[in-house]
Amino acid sequence: MPAPLVEVQGLRFRYPDGTQALDGIDFTLEAGESVALFGSNGSGKTTFAMHLNRLLSGEGIVRICGLPVVASNMEAIRSKVGMVFQDADSQLFMPTVLEDVAFGLLNCGIAPDEAASNALAALEAVGMAAARDRAPYHLSAGEKKRVALAGILSMSPEILVLDEPTTFLDPPAQRTLADLLRGLPQAKIVVTHNIRFALAVCQRAVFFERGKIAAHGRIEEIVARFDWDFAFQPSNLDR
Amino acid sequence: MRRALLDLPARRSGPMDGRDARAKLAALLVVLVVISTAHRALAATAAALALVLIAGCLWARVPVLAALRRAAVVLPFTLFFALACWVAGDTARAVALVVKSYLSCLAVWLVIATTPLPALLRALESFGAPRFLLMVAQFVYRYLFVITGEAARMVDAAEARGGSPGRAFRRLRFRAAAGALAVLFARSYARAAEVHRAMLARGFHGRLQNLESPHFRPADVMFAAIASLATVVARLAAERLT
Repeated sequence: MPAPLVEVQGLRFRYPDGTQALDGIDFTLEAGESVALFGSNGSGKTTFAMHLNRLLSGEGIVRICGLPVVASNMEAIRSKVGMVFQDADSQLFMPTVLEDVAFGLLNCGIAPDEAASNALAALEAVGMAAARDRAPYHLSAGEKKRVALAGILSMSPEILVLDEPTTFLDPPAQRTLADLLRGLPQAKIVVTHNIRFALAVCQRAVFFERGKIAAHGRIEEIVARFDWDFAFQPSNLDR
Repeated sequence: MRRALLDLPARRSGPMDGRDARAKLAALLVVLVVISTAHRALAATAAALALVLIAGCLWARVPVLAALRRAAVVLPFTLFFALACWVAGDTARAVALVVKSYLSCLAVWLVIATTPLPALLRALESFGAPRFLLMVAQFVYRYLFVITGEAARMVDAAEARGGSPGRAFRRLRFRAAAGALAVLFARSYARAAEVHRAMLARGFHGRLQNLESPHFRPADVMFAAIASLATVVARLAAERLT
């Protein structure tokens, strides 16, 4: 039986200011699976996600595709885990869209010609090939998000970690992103507050509470158990 | 609006824009040497060199009046030293200082206005400029847009809560600006940490790689030669005729 793509046991992490952000997390992700991470702000979701490619490092065991997440495995781990950050402006820093998408490939030692063609293929996959020579800061929020995703996809990761992917996106752009993600074969971890988006992309959910996993299961069950949805009812206005 | 001012060279298209940045830098170096070493018949030489630079602006389709105005940015600095020379009784040196610095700045602006910053930085790198310094310059340029965006949002938020414009309001705004500057630095620091994490997540290990290497074509050699020659000839002609 193949090892899970992500295997986390007893993960603890405390920020330098003393905040216990993660307090004994156990988590697994199998190939092809997509999991939504729910929980209130500050519950530890993003901190947990940042441990998956060692942007943060706590106590406990984290394995990616069977490889322990330690300094000596960094290059392999970061090519297997692609992380899309909440604010695409943090991720897009090169002068043109194509150069930005090729950034990770060049860091992995891929030759410039091959990096350019892989980057272009990734841009085509997200429908942004026409913007290859544009400056990233001239794009709309939805376009930036797609380019950021292309920057990750170009590296052919096995796991996609998306931190609040619908932030700054209008509903049509959210729908486009959900369609795009559904069509990707990679396993996904989606940190989100957006229930509809999670339902469109993920099969199950994990609920974080004060640095611990309080529950996991089907999305509908988790949402119902923690009353984790805001449904606007026009009839409420009469009350 | 703020973005457009910062990003002017990236959106233009003229005959000089297509030339290799290394050719432009080589020609600029010659122009700066010609300007800085001029000493005989300074008025005529300066006029001749100014005509060459204005002709360059017209050919490159860079707005001449805007270029002349931009070049004046150097004057507050040089006027200070020129004043010191004038007070010391060296009027000729004072005039030369102002004229040469202004013409040099005009030449530099012509190159900046026709060259996207990334291409300029790559050209500097090929001339042996320290890579780390160039990397910092690239990030400063990129995040100027983010920081000006943050600053614009903060100004809008402050004005939205600050009453109507007027003298009292301007005084208050000045005071608030000092505090806002500290917040802006804190936000920029947080942004920088985020950017660094995003870079590490994509395998960054301290060196920015380039996707393309620019090609130096015969037209670039021709451009560098003509631009250099025009400046030298203009100076020699002005010196001979006076």
